[in-house]
Amino acid sequence: MLGGCDAVVLNPAGDVAVQQRDLVLIATALMLLIIIPVMALTVLFAWRYRKSNTNAEYDPEFDHSTMLELVIWSAPLLIIICLGAVTWTSTHLLDPYRPIERTAPGQPVAAGVKPLEVQVVALDWKWLFIYPEQGIATVNELALPVDRPVEFRLTGTSVMNAFYIPAMAGMIYTMPGMETKLHAVLNREGTFKGLSSHYSGAGFSGMHFPVFALQQNGFDQWVEKVRTSQAGQGKGRGQLTRAAFLTVEKPSEYVPAMYYNGVQGGLFDRVVNRCVAENTPCMSDVMMHDRRTGGGDPHKMKVGEGNPPVNNTGPMHGERTKGALEKSPEEFQTSPHQSKEPLPSNGAQEPGDIKNRRMSFLSIPQTPGPQTLGHAGAGRG
Amino acid sequence: MDNIIKTIFGRLSIESLPIHEPIVVGTFLGVAVGGIAVLALITKFKLWGYLWKEWFTTVDHKRIGIMYMILGIVMLLRGFADALMMRGQQAIAFGDNQGFLNSHHYDQVFTAHGVIMIFFVAMPIITGLMNYVVPLQIGARDVSFPYLNNLSFWMTAGGVVLVMASLFIGEFARTGWLAFPPLSELDFSPDVGVDYYIWALQVAGVGTTLSGINLIATIIKMRAPGMTMMKLPVFCWTSLCANVLIVASFPVLTATLVLLSLDRYVGTNFFTNNLGGNPMMYVNLIWIWGHPEVYILILPLFGVFSEVTSTFSGKRLFGYTSMVYATIVITILSYLVWLHHFFTMGSGASVNSFFGITTMVISIPTGAKIFNWLFTMYKGRIRFELPMMWTIAFMLTFTIGGMTGVLLAVPPADFVLHNSLFLIAHFHNVIIGGVLFGAFAAINYWWPKAFGFKLNQFWGKVSFWLWVVGFWVAFTPLYVMGLMGVTRRLHHFDDPSLQIWFVIAAFGALMIAGGIGAFLVQIGVSIWKKEELRDVTGDPWNGRTLEWATSSPPPDYNFAFTPVIHELDAWYDMKDKKAQAPTEGYRAIHMPKNTGTGVIIAGLSTAFGFGMIWYMWWLAAIALIGVVVVAIWHTFNYDRDFYIPVEEVVATESERRRLLGQGA
Amino acid sequence: MSTDVLSADPAKNPTYYLVEDEDHHHESGGSTAIGFWMYLMSDCLIFAILFATYGVLGTSYAGGPTPREIFELPLVALNTSMLLLSSITYGFAMIAMEKNQKSSTLIWLGITGLFGLAFLSIELYEFANLIHEGAGPQRSAFLSSFFTLVGTHGLHVTFGSIWLVTLMVQVGRFGLIEANKRRLMCLSMFWHFLDVVWIGVFTFVYLLGVLR
Repeated sequence: MLGGCDAVVLNPAGDVAVQQRDLVLIATALMLLIIIPVMALTVLFAWRYRKSNTNAEYDPEFDHSTMLELVIWSAPLLIIICLGAVTWTSTHLLDPYRPIERTAPGQPVAAGVKPLEVQVVALDWKWLFIYPEQGIATVNELALPVDRPVEFRLTGTSVMNAFYIPAMAGMIYTMPGMETKLHAVLNREGTFKGLSSHYSGAGFSGMHFPVFALQQNGFDQWVEKVRTSQAGQGKGRGQLTRAAFLTVEKPSEYVPAMYYNGVQGGLFDRVVNRCVAENTPCMSDVMMHDRRTGGGDPHKMKVGEGNPPVNNTGPMHGERTKGALEKSPEEFQTSPHQSKEPLPSNGAQEPGDIKNRRMSFLSIPQTPGPQTLGHAGAGRG
Repeated sequence: MDNIIKTIFGRLSIESLPIHEPIVVGTFLGVAVGGIAVLALITKFKLWGYLWKEWFTTVDHKRIGIMYMILGIVMLLRGFADALMMRGQQAIAFGDNQGFLNSHHYDQVFTAHGVIMIFFVAMPIITGLMNYVVPLQIGARDVSFPYLNNLSFWMTAGGVVLVMASLFIGEFARTGWLAFPPLSELDFSPDVGVDYYIWALQVAGVGTTLSGINLIATIIKMRAPGMTMMKLPVFCWTSLCANVLIVASFPVLTATLVLLSLDRYVGTNFFTNNLGGNPMMYVNLIWIWGHPEVYILILPLFGVFSEVTSTFSGKRLFGYTSMVYATIVITILSYLVWLHHFFTMGSGASVNSFFGITTMVISIPTGAKIFNWLFTMYKGRIRFELPMMWTIAFMLTFTIGGMTGVLLAVPPADFVLHNSLFLIAHFHNVIIGGVLFGAFAAINYWWPKAFGFKLNQFWGKVSFWLWVVGFWVAFTPLYVMGLMGVTRRLHHFDDPSLQIWFVIAAFGALMIAGGIGAFLVQIGVSIWKKEELRDVTGDPWNGRTLEWATSSPPPDYNFAFTPVIHELDAWYDMKDKKAQAPTEGYRAIHMPKNTGTGVIIAGLSTAFGFGMIWYMWWLAAIALIGVVVVAIWHTFNYDRDFYIPVEEVVATESERRRLLGQGA
Repeated sequence: MSTDVLSADPAKNPTYYLVEDEDHHHESGGSTAIGFWMYLMSDCLIFAILFATYGVLGTSYAGGPTPREIFELPLVALNTSMLLLSSITYGFAMIAMEKNQKSSTLIWLGITGLFGLAFLSIELYEFANLIHEGAGPQRSAFLSSFFTLVGTHGLHVTFGSIWLVTLMVQVGRFGLIEANKRRLMCLSMFWHFLDVVWIGVFTFVYLLGVLR
């Protein structure tokens, strides 16, 4: 009816999405128990008590019946109790943070099987996937072995996105400075679609990627292909160092797949803590510092210990985006009419191309703070 | 030199005007020529004085209500034009075809569509309905604060002016209708779009909050003698709850937008990525306002459906008491569900299931309401006039929308359906199927009260069928595509197999366009043939509530004698007991005077908003000082009332009796 | 009014229309009180949101100054006493108004206004000091929410003061007429409301901030 396998949400390829599909069907069936009678009665009453049907009973004073009232409040209540129970259990069972316990009905995950970790970074407007186990990274191309649990750790660099592979599992937001998690598995070989499902600006429509579900040996071959890719040849881009990350994170759209044959250690944690650029303190360090100076026992901590004098810590101008009222008139940028922008061809694919984002610029202001602190939180934790 | 120009004009330059775009210039010229023609006609027929004295400065709740409705319907045309552009773009933008809108433009279109439809179509229409009907239904002369009512309207109109200005001067936001940061921060949206968004909503929001306070005070304080709360017509009950929601939620929106504007104007760090800001707090705050907002929209229309079902079934409303309690329960619960708009943020399972279950619980009182309407029809004598047709269509459509809504409240199901076209179909299902169908039921139902003649049936039915069928043709494909994993706000697709669904949806949108056209024709034809459709009784539908007790249109003072209430359906009871209005004992009636202060303050507020948007600080400062000065000046005017002379009342009432004698 | 009508002749021959000698118009006093209350409650919600924001962001120092470093309790205590005293003097003004003593009302209102001005001056001094030390609202989310919460309260006091002066002029010119008494009543609610909010600010922001 719905075009067979087109309706991927109803015919997914991963166990988590299958359970979510089942839930959609169960909930719908439960509600139809009451929706269908209501709709049928609406049509029936509208027809039967039409004005021209003088045979039907007419009782203008009929406005109360305790029995009926009981039924009309308790029938929906019963259904919601059932649905509520289903909701409570399924929400906990299918919590994206919860490691999955089975790869398919009746196939529990064996003890000791470590899920494949994939670190996902939403960039403007493409996806970066880091495989720490394999030591490789890709942009806009994701390959996964079938029947092996996958643990996604997700974050973003500039604005909110949502990571969504309809065939595999439900979506989850990716947010700058925060980390979310998603556990899922794919059970069927094939090529599926992954995308950003939360609007993130001009290049949003091109922010999708293919997902290759491969058998273990196919996956190994793919990893090998990425690992041996050379910078400048085909999809190869060489090493994903911190400097390379700062280049690739600049806005670009409809980006073709890229391979990185190596990844600098701790990069993902630096992305989460917003300290990829040199000389930027990591958020985790700043927060630890904040806790030390601001919290804890006031008698033990000397006020302001470890903190430079207050009047030295103000944000340096130019490092932080100035509010409109802080600007002098010559700093005002003219705001052109909406029709000013010429139709771009297929978007600009080169990272940092100015055509990509007239609407925004990506300059991460430095987080001011004590520069002496080490990057304790930067290693893999 | 450059500095001086920028001090005066801020960010505004010749580039901000659509001089490089022939289509927009053409549109602008068209609008300008049309506008000048209208202004010229008004001048030629010397209508300025009339419009100013009788309409712009009026404090009569009936006229303010009508102005709200006109505003809402005009903005419906604008918002729907945006919808047509989206449907058109998505129907053709496949593969190599980029469609006719680039993302820069398309993103503004969907943002403007959402903002306009919620704030400047649905809100004015429900506020207009409540303004017109509530005082009549409770047997009052006017609202509690008639002057405030005028100000509220013009503040809403000021928001409309700002949104419409963004079409020709600069641009609108490209952030989606809730302007989530960090995307709406200065880093990522440095242009005027988000500022237009902020100030349009702030100016209009003040109006909405004040009108909410006004209507609550009216319902609580101005009821006719004998009308206890449990004899209050259902529409007044739902209006009361909707206004309680307004007063308890719009300040949240105001505060949230203030924080966002501080980020943009002062450089604070509330929702920034750096220096400790937290964008997710905005998402929470805006939905703490946003969820009650959808109940603000739907509750008054639930009241409309109750009145219509009862009237056209010729029966008392079934289960009045449970209807009232259901409304109150919905009001309270609507504050406990906001997180269901972002289950996918990754809150814990317990948090998600709590909010999922509270959401489902709302469906219980809502279901009870549907049953109550159902059993009101049971053993009735149903007249299928237009309002009743809209009500039946609502009951069939809304139940489906309710069902998909509960489905989306199950967090794991929401994980696969959130942000998909299924979600889009769901909320259009409840907003069009509930709010818009209700608005059409209400317009057809109360038009004769407001203007003294009924609306044309034929064109009404054409509009009805085009709307209802068009709705399902437009949104069924969206439900289907949601299940195919297609998400929202995309301006281009790679998969050509989807195209057929978007073409069907676009066809549905065209049908709805026909429905809107037929509605306008219906109004035109009815005005043209109003003598044939004339109703002199003031009670064309054999109504049951007090608004039908007075003439159509009602005199300025609504009721020459304040009615006394003994039963729930007060007017039905009066007709039943053959109560006769006294024919003598009239006296002069104390009424509030018209005032132009509302127009002036709202105009200055709009200028303030414009100054802030374009960084013309001098304009903003002058306008703000102007607002304060005019407000203070207004308080020095103590002479705000007058008496309608007794002769005028006698003349009006004897004319009414003469017409009634003729009509009977 | 309504009870009279209903008890006049129950059941047998109920009245359906009220025939009065004079038109009662609005019971505007009662409506104003309830309307103004609702306005205050909506304002209260704005403060609730600002408090909640401060609650969420109040420890996000971003490596910058913490409450203990920047709050000067003696100054804040002085400030608090100014506002509390102004509430008391406003109370005296209302007592004088009840007794229809115009000049006494005006004097107490004037004293209230002076206390309000003192409060504002101290607050502005505190803000200027903080900004001068580099602890401005742009420094961290904690300072953003602090300045916004306290500043919004200060803005309310400013508008309250403008309103107070306006009312003093009106009472001076038109006397203690019904409309002016109603307005004094509204401003009284507003003024005490700001006092209550300030007690929240003082406890939640300053005291807890220094203790934390």
